[in-house]
Amino acid sequence: MYRYDSYDQAIVDARVEEFRDQTQRRLTGALTEDQFKPLRLMNGLYLQLHAYMLRVAIPYGTLSGKQMRKLGEIAGKYDKGYGHFTTRQNLQYNWIKLADAPDILAELAMVEMHAIQTSGNCIRNISSDQYAGVSADEVADPRPWAELLRQWSSFHPEFTYLPRKFKIAVIASDDDRAAMRLHDIGLKLVERDGVVGAEVYAGGGMGRTPMVAPLIRDFVAEDEIISYLEACLRVYNRYGRRDNKYKARIKILVHEIGVEEYKRQVEEEFAHMRALGLNPPVEELARIRDFFAAPAYESGLSEEIDRSDRAFALWVDRQVAAHKAPGYAIVNISLKPIDGIPGDASAEQMALVADLAETYSFDELRVTHAQNLVLPHVRKADLRAVWQKLVAAGLAEANLDLITDIIACPGLDYCALANARSIPLAQKIASRFAAAERQAEIGELKLKISGCINACGHHHAGHIGILGVDRRGVENFQLLLGGSGAEDASLGQITGPGFSEDGVVDAIEKVTDIYLAERESGERFLDTYRRIGMKPFKEAIYG
Amino acid sequence: MVEFLSFREGESTQEPAVTVESFTGQSNATAVRIEPGEDARELLPHLDRLSLVEVNFPGFGDGRGYSAARILREAGYTGELRAVGDVLVDQIVAMRRCGFDSFHPAKALDDAAVDRALNRYDDVYQKAIDGRTSIWAKRHPETHNG
Repeated sequence: MYRYDSYDQAIVDARVEEFRDQTQRRLTGALTEDQFKPLRLMNGLYLQLHAYMLRVAIPYGTLSGKQMRKLGEIAGKYDKGYGHFTTRQNLQYNWIKLADAPDILAELAMVEMHAIQTSGNCIRNISSDQYAGVSADEVADPRPWAELLRQWSSFHPEFTYLPRKFKIAVIASDDDRAAMRLHDIGLKLVERDGVVGAEVYAGGGMGRTPMVAPLIRDFVAEDEIISYLEACLRVYNRYGRRDNKYKARIKILVHEIGVEEYKRQVEEEFAHMRALGLNPPVEELARIRDFFAAPAYESGLSEEIDRSDRAFALWVDRQVAAHKAPGYAIVNISLKPIDGIPGDASAEQMALVADLAETYSFDELRVTHAQNLVLPHVRKADLRAVWQKLVAAGLAEANLDLITDIIACPGLDYCALANARSIPLAQKIASRFAAAERQAEIGELKLKISGCINACGHHHAGHIGILGVDRRGVENFQLLLGGSGAEDASLGQITGPGFSEDGVVDAIEKVTDIYLAERESGERFLDTYRRIGMKPFKEAIYG
Repeated sequence: MVEFLSFREGESTQEPAVTVESFTGQSNATAVRIEPGEDARELLPHLDRLSLVEVNFPGFGDGRGYSAARILREAGYTGELRAVGDVLVDQIVAMRRCGFDSFHPAKALDDAAVDRALNRYDDVYQKAIDGRTSIWAKRHPETHNG
């Protein structure tokens, strides 16, 4: 894992003091809320329906046991005893007092964490693949690139007042676990003639105008990626729309001027930027890469897993993924218990997961964009012990990628922008499909709920998506089918008129029934939908 | 309170700035004001006769002026580059990094706050146009890039 040097630490410490000063000026009235708002927003502090919400960055979703323990301590000390993991691998505290925010940032700085640029119209936390470094099929670990981009984007002098927020994801496998093409810029590491570089995708995103990012360059070598990204951002900063915040994301610019014209402008700017010496010394990426060297895996470990306990065997089959090192496994920890809040973890659960990371996973954890956690390197021989501890903590739900592994935004229970409540709906759907046999029968089905058109719950990318809207003062839910945030990225289509909360649960049941009746061997829900189209589903729902 | 802030040696240019349109249409003006949305590159053929470029920030959140400033400096402009309008104390450091060397904010700034802002961060990650050595370069003093 990356560790701060004195430069990194000094910047984060200075930021804490700067924010303390700004908060103090607000509390004494020297700053009005209007003047304070842009300052707090640059540091992840939002004023929500009931309290302040603080969004903490978990760069590329990687953290240590000590960092997770600190997140749990903060939840216990300053919040109501829990935190919420988000679709961008961050953590949100929903019940923060303004006066406490500087102290929380100071505590985070003690464990090399921060909330810099987790909001505002700037480059946000860089996200990545939760299996980075441990999946067998990756070209290279994408996290050194992500860390380089974290540093590059931190307090970037030119790109801090962009037309709108800017999200970047980096992956390195053909399997896209990070919804890379639904980002403002997505990088996929590839190797050409022995040189590692990136395919660059630009102009993806969700929100009210969802777009899958087109490829804008099929290779940028690693020693030129910074100057290339400077070119991409400069064109966007100069020409992205600023007259309407709903048309201000880069996807609208790319769409309106066309991919070819955007590419042409970027190439022209890149030709100019190349001469400016903006790229870091090549030694810098190498320095960062050293921090991500594989841990000291033991050799000669057993591949055996004792499957005599049925509940354990079911959990293994669902939650454990293949690791590149013999004798090791990747453990997915579900934050989607049937009656829980998707992505929430209590202070005690965070402490337990921190212990598990230290004891069983080389002190490393990951957060996924699907709002779950990962222990990336667990010996197969330890799986049972890990499972037993997860069971005791209520963290052993076996539902990865199943219909109850729901992505949901905080919705109207917390969010000032929401039109509808996402959490109670997620709980109703999970209860309806709670039976393990039924979930297993339906198989992989990614269900995603957003409580408003801003699409924080990724509803466009759900195999089944749900969008909460306000219809003359009543919550109403639109149903979408056929989206995907993976390597086969696509946008879901709306089935037709919306439903009440209970009505949409019934409609989902009809949709899954059609799938079970129509599917051919080996087909996931998404595959069947793509083969037979919307019509049979629509007839079942509205017929 | 600070009404005007300059990091240049000697006197600042007093000549009133004209619009980009009138500047490119006449030959004697030496000061010009760029509005957001205007292309700083239109000025590049005329840099040698310019002594002042003002970049207007009608609202602090419109960041186009940062790119405009950097483009002028990257092209070799050495005259005065002044940020005017809704320029806030929390933006001075980034503006300095993009090449601005004078500031005429619509609302005067607090001296102490300006000092604190300018001295808050010792180091910067990225190379920009202000000549500061990046953290990346400091970590690798034997190399010349970054």
